[in-house]
Amino acid sequence: MKILTCPINGPRPIQEFHFGGSFRPLPDLDDMTDDQWADYVFNRNGEPGVKTEWWYHTASGVWFLADRNNETDEVVRTYLYQPESTDV
Amino acid sequence: MSERLEPCETHWIDPKCPVPFQFEGVSYSGYEGDVLASALWANGVRFHGRSFKYHRARGAYSMAGHDISLMVEDGQHTNLRGDQLVIRPGLNIRAVNTLGGLEKDWYRVTEWFSKLLPVGFYYKAFYTPKWLFPFYEKQMREVAGLGRVNHNDKIEKTPKDYADCDLLVVGAGPSGMAAACTAAEHDLSVMLIDENPHPGGSLGWQNPMCDPSRNARSEYIHRLKGAPNLEFRAGTQVAGVYADQWVALVDNRRLTKLRTRAMVLATGCFEQPAVFQNNDLPGVMLGSAAQRLMHHYAVKPAEVAVVLAANSDGYQLVLDLIEAGVQIACLVDLRRDGEPTDLDQRVREREVRVLVGYGIDEAVPQRGNKAIRGASICPVDDHGNLDRKTIIRCDCDTILVSVGWVPNAGLIYQAGGRFEYESKLEQLLPSTLPDNVFVSGRANGVYSVPDKVIDGQRAALSAVRYLGKYDGPIPGLNEHVGSPPTHPYPIFSHPNKKNFVDFDEDIHLDDFKNAHQEGYDNVELLKRFTTVGMGPTQGKLSNFNAVRILAQLNGQSINQTGTTTSRPFYNPVPLGHLAGRRFHPVSRTAIHEWHVKNQAQMMYAGASMRPEFYHQEDKSREEAILGEAVCVRHHVGLIDVSTLGKIYVQGPDAASFLEKIYAGRYAKQSVGKLRYGIACDETGVIIEDGIVVRLAEDRYYVTATSSGASAFFRSLQRWAKVLQQDVTLVNVTSQLGAMNLAGPASRELLQPLTDIDLSPTSFPFIGVREGNVAGVSAILARVGFVGELGYEIHVPTSQALHVWEALMRQGKKFSIQPFGVEAQRLLRLEKGHLIVGYDTDSMTNPFEANVAWAIGKKKPFFVGQRSVEILRKQPLLRILVGIRFLKDDYPHWPEECHLIFKNGKSVGRITSLSRRSTLGYPIAMAFLHPDLAKSKTRVEIRVAGDQNVVGEVSDMPFYDPDNQRQEITKKELL
Repeated sequence: MKILTCPINGPRPIQEFHFGGSFRPLPDLDDMTDDQWADYVFNRNGEPGVKTEWWYHTASGVWFLADRNNETDEVVRTYLYQPESTDV
Repeated sequence: MSERLEPCETHWIDPKCPVPFQFEGVSYSGYEGDVLASALWANGVRFHGRSFKYHRARGAYSMAGHDISLMVEDGQHTNLRGDQLVIRPGLNIRAVNTLGGLEKDWYRVTEWFSKLLPVGFYYKAFYTPKWLFPFYEKQMREVAGLGRVNHNDKIEKTPKDYADCDLLVVGAGPSGMAAACTAAEHDLSVMLIDENPHPGGSLGWQNPMCDPSRNARSEYIHRLKGAPNLEFRAGTQVAGVYADQWVALVDNRRLTKLRTRAMVLATGCFEQPAVFQNNDLPGVMLGSAAQRLMHHYAVKPAEVAVVLAANSDGYQLVLDLIEAGVQIACLVDLRRDGEPTDLDQRVREREVRVLVGYGIDEAVPQRGNKAIRGASICPVDDHGNLDRKTIIRCDCDTILVSVGWVPNAGLIYQAGGRFEYESKLEQLLPSTLPDNVFVSGRANGVYSVPDKVIDGQRAALSAVRYLGKYDGPIPGLNEHVGSPPTHPYPIFSHPNKKNFVDFDEDIHLDDFKNAHQEGYDNVELLKRFTTVGMGPTQGKLSNFNAVRILAQLNGQSINQTGTTTSRPFYNPVPLGHLAGRRFHPVSRTAIHEWHVKNQAQMMYAGASMRPEFYHQEDKSREEAILGEAVCVRHHVGLIDVSTLGKIYVQGPDAASFLEKIYAGRYAKQSVGKLRYGIACDETGVIIEDGIVVRLAEDRYYVTATSSGASAFFRSLQRWAKVLQQDVTLVNVTSQLGAMNLAGPASRELLQPLTDIDLSPTSFPFIGVREGNVAGVSAILARVGFVGELGYEIHVPTSQALHVWEALMRQGKKFSIQPFGVEAQRLLRLEKGHLIVGYDTDSMTNPFEANVAWAIGKKKPFFVGQRSVEILRKQPLLRILVGIRFLKDDYPHWPEECHLIFKNGKSVGRITSLSRRSTLGYPIAMAFLHPDLAKSKTRVEIRVAGDQNVVGEVSDMPFYDPDNQRQEITKKELL
């Protein structure tokens, strides 16, 4: 059973968390075609490597980001969302 | 009973305590501490079981649970292993997998047909012709499977236990004990696990009376007892290692879920069989099995033995056997150079005949193939094959095999370790290990007792350093010297093809050659085609010989060939250990007990329990539901809606945030008014609906569906962060109870209980007021979900029952009835209100659901807006419509999700349906193709029995389309 480290609450068993899907920065709506929007909405990149994901600590209501290697299932780091630092 | 050996400190039996037991209907006697196999062997019973496929006679082979020759059932438990099953008085055991008993076993005929049962036989024979498969399947199920389940058995409840430690050490042999004791000196909690009933591992059976073994045993077993921070669990298996050092421990009575921070795996090795003709018959066994019989159970393993050796262990075994009074007919050494140590001299001093560079071609069976009477011995040629031109016959009753070892690697693989083949040892060794996993002892290629102890200390100190409690020196690993303890290819072909590689599944050498010829040249494919290693022992004795065979067939090295990994469980775990209580948390509203007391039929609604309806004497379920609905229409009803999601949204950005979440507009919403809202996800699918109440300029109160509340709240929290909104979100779903008082009499009923002026002008439809109800502060909202004048009353959960009871008391003179979820569903269906997740699915957009009116115009942004705008331009594929049925006397009645047909083509499906409504005719809501959505269009609903029920598209709402009911009072009705 995995342990995930919540940036606020520390290491906790995985059942306390809810997976929130891969992190995708909000695109600039004014500057994109419908096709680009559809790509953003429906397509996910599943290639092996470190992915940034949303996780939610249910007991305390904390949303945070986790950089996780989806090949080794190793969580590289977890951190709170900061709009300026995570803009790609 | 045959005599036992002289008592010795290594013995596990107590010769003062005889234990009577039965095997296959015959009574025997053993001693306390005996396992079934040792007790039978001591009684001269060597024929223990029948093999899985050919039903060949088998006897004890490993004495360590690594084979299933003696697989038995006791009437209550099945698939017990006889070499691990400790006998107790009255035990009555039968072998599994026989027809008519072990001795006769009519299934043994399968061996006569063995030539017709080549590898892959099942795959090729039974899949065609297809119509015969049910027959095949029946026969297969009859023949296959090990043991019978007793369906009348009593249920044994198996507790689940939890534990944690800093360091887990698996295996209480010399290196495991040394590791555990060393680590325990460093202020850590240490747990040591061993599957055997006593600690010591190979110290107890492999040359146990030599000085190094005796010294290590007495030192460490003593130290195990003395360390307060060291817990030793005997008779416990590590069933599996899972993510983040979560470990499943299984013993006779419980499953323990252990979390550790680091692990030392000192799991040792499995001694491996050699492959030669009849290598499976009773009387052929591993050298270590004979040693276990002697040193644990005081049983003389043989009268006259031939020993097949390829390492020093075989020579040591010979000396051991002589000590126990066994006559050695011959020591056959596969190695061309023989034994390099002084053991060679010591064996020859005992006048043992030693044949160097020879192998066993065949175990010569006695008549009936249930025992052996000799060995055929041939020289090994330059290519490693047997040269059958010279055959030496040696009479014996037992052949003991000591040709090598493979690491017990299952847990190491599961913990994330990987192996590479080391030809100095002819063994796999761990090549990469996770930072917190350490391997020591024989599994790490360390064979002498002093080296194993040092290696255990090395692993322990490395682990302690990892855990931050040590920064001193760590001893290095002593390289193995001398000849390898394992033979690289102890496998010999034989024309009669009873040279078994896998004893579980009866797979012989030629099966591998045939499979390889058919193209199964990859280890994973070969495994699946031949089923090697897929039996109950999971290949403990066969996997690695299979890899050696494949490597040779491919002309590759072991590393190029690769090995198969190992998944949990190490050994089969009884299902009872895995089965557990069902932890299914349920949330109850504050009014739950009242509902139950008042004959409510409770139902699950997501994680909550709600009244479905209230039972009434002499009324069927349907009548009761309709009665409740009629009461709401004509008088007044009260429903507990506490399970609604209830969320406060407050702060400077509250209005702007809600505009971004919901499709509608809220910035200009008046304080004291509510608006209906729908929320979409980014794909434009409706995920939630509810009311949005403005309590103040910067303070809103929103509701969400019962089942979607927690997901919606999560989503609000995330969007608030992503959109950088200055809002505070409070989920008060369980803090506030809620009830809906609905019906023409509701105003008259409620007015005396509240300080809020309920008159229509002061508190109109869709108004919201804060005030007191029955002395409790409350939020009141005039909603129209069920289509009558009504007030949704939100009060603190602690006061909800008080308010509910006050309303019920006050309602008596208005003929009030409580109503449940079913009546509410009917009433809202009559009113044409959809339920998100019920009438909508994971693809439904606002246009399909007919709620496009709830989308705000000219909004800069809301979640899913871009998708909604794209969908707006696309042709509609389906739309939610009302269906009215003209008759209700069909024998089969439509149900939700039944398909709708028009001219034989599927054109939609029913989403909600009520056979009996307050309108007097059945109604439904359905998705329908937009071309057919016109009122009065006839459609057919396909029901059970391939029949059709005719329905007619109807305008919605079915009931009170002009919302007149919202201002009609009981007095005006009369």
